[in-house]
Amino acid sequence: MNEVITEKAQKEDWEPKIIAFLCNWCSYAGADLAGVSRIQYPSNIRIVRVPCSGRLNPFFIIRSLVDGWDGVLVSGCHPGDCHYISGNLVARRRFAILNDLLEFFGIEPGRVNFMWASAAEGERFAVLVRKTTEIVKKLGPNEKFKKQW
Amino acid sequence: MVDIKNENQKIEEKMRNVARDLLKEKKVDLIIGYSEGTLPLASAPVFIRDEQEVDKLVWNNSCYVNLAKYLIPNIRENINGELVDLKVGIISKGCVARSIIHLLVEHQINKENIIIIGINCNGILNRRRIEKEIGAHEITETELSGDHLIVKGNKFEKKFKFNDYMNELCKHCEIRAPPISDSLKDNIVGECQEVDSLEDPFEDIVDFEKKSADEKWAFMNEVLKDCTRCYACREACPLCYCNLCFVDQNLPTWFGKTSEISDILIFHMVRGLHLAGRCVECGACSSVCPMGIDLSLINRKINKVVKDRFDFVSGLSLEKLSPMMTYKMNDKQEFMLEEN
Repeated sequence: MNEVITEKAQKEDWEPKIIAFLCNWCSYAGADLAGVSRIQYPSNIRIVRVPCSGRLNPFFIIRSLVDGWDGVLVSGCHPGDCHYISGNLVARRRFAILNDLLEFFGIEPGRVNFMWASAAEGERFAVLVRKTTEIVKKLGPNEKFKKQW
Repeated sequence: MVDIKNENQKIEEKMRNVARDLLKEKKVDLIIGYSEGTLPLASAPVFIRDEQEVDKLVWNNSCYVNLAKYLIPNIRENINGELVDLKVGIISKGCVARSIIHLLVEHQINKENIIIIGINCNGILNRRRIEKEIGAHEITETELSGDHLIVKGNKFEKKFKFNDYMNELCKHCEIRAPPISDSLKDNIVGECQEVDSLEDPFEDIVDFEKKSADEKWAFMNEVLKDCTRCYACREACPLCYCNLCFVDQNLPTWFGKTSEISDILIFHMVRGLHLAGRCVECGACSSVCPMGIDLSLINRKINKVVKDRFDFVSGLSLEKLSPMMTYKMNDKQEFMLEEN
């Protein structure tokens, strides 16, 4: 099984699959803006729209890795801009601890990425998605945490 | 040389006297403490209502249970058809008192109903490690002499150095008696100490963090692969009081029930996350693990993160909110992606 995956990784046409959790009010609109502005960004991300980054249970992120996604991207409003006043601030603390814990368990840093993007930042959104895709591509497929059976 | 047997006797005597006085003066209805266990190297919780029974209380180095677990749900009694909250005195080493303080912060128990009977804990033995050394033999008797523990059984006798066979967490412990603060003055009797913050440098965790990602992953797999997910760690933890734990939920089913390593790791990760800013390092979870897994590594890591990031130590004061209950505009966010 592992041999097959490694072979696959060595192939140059391997593309990571990244699940992106975008908050409804800023990042999702930012992604939309990137779209209507015709800014190119990699098609590796699959977007899940959530009401707020505070809606994210850390379980969503861990579970995505277990389900075999190569990378996770979480994006919300900039601190202070949250539609629900403090959702992203609460989420930021949660993400900080999750990020450290994942690293402690031996998940490569960069597998899970967090960012802020507002509704007006289509360009920034595209740049950061490009960056994420690059990072995850370098890491290769998610073999560690993926459930094998 | 430290004479642990002597220390234990002193602690026991003080604890019994305080408990007896409290029951005599009717300041409490019930005392929760430790009693002699049915096996060597074990203790059992005991609930005492009568001052005659106070001699049942014991203190030895196997009192690993965190008694704060028994405070939830609130202890009530049916008096003339009405449920009345009982006043509970609870024998508390430092970590038990800290979990009580944290439960008070989380509004799970009433301050008026709790009296903390402080004792100065001298360390808990790591039962699993001793059993592992002994192997398949049955332990019939244990004895303390000086700073050694002598374990006896059928045709064998082995000596263990007490300090080496203490719980990992107890070796790092700085809060051996209940931490006292102004708001808790009326609730603590017996031993107590004033604590402002912890000096713990988390050396073991810092060492572990230096490893590469693959080494960490391999180590974690090795440590946790024996886990059968019996959830004894959850049952023993005084802060795992949710009515419906995430592991029992099946709509949605958060993770599989298999013995595959990703299913095991997902449980331990999320258990760690749920204890962020709450764990008081009592070591009850590791002590009850039937597979002898040492969970202190994960718990201490979480505590280190919380201390570094939010400068918080759980269970020290009633006024400070735990970091996951609050937020600040200027929290560190160095882990977030930036454009350059």
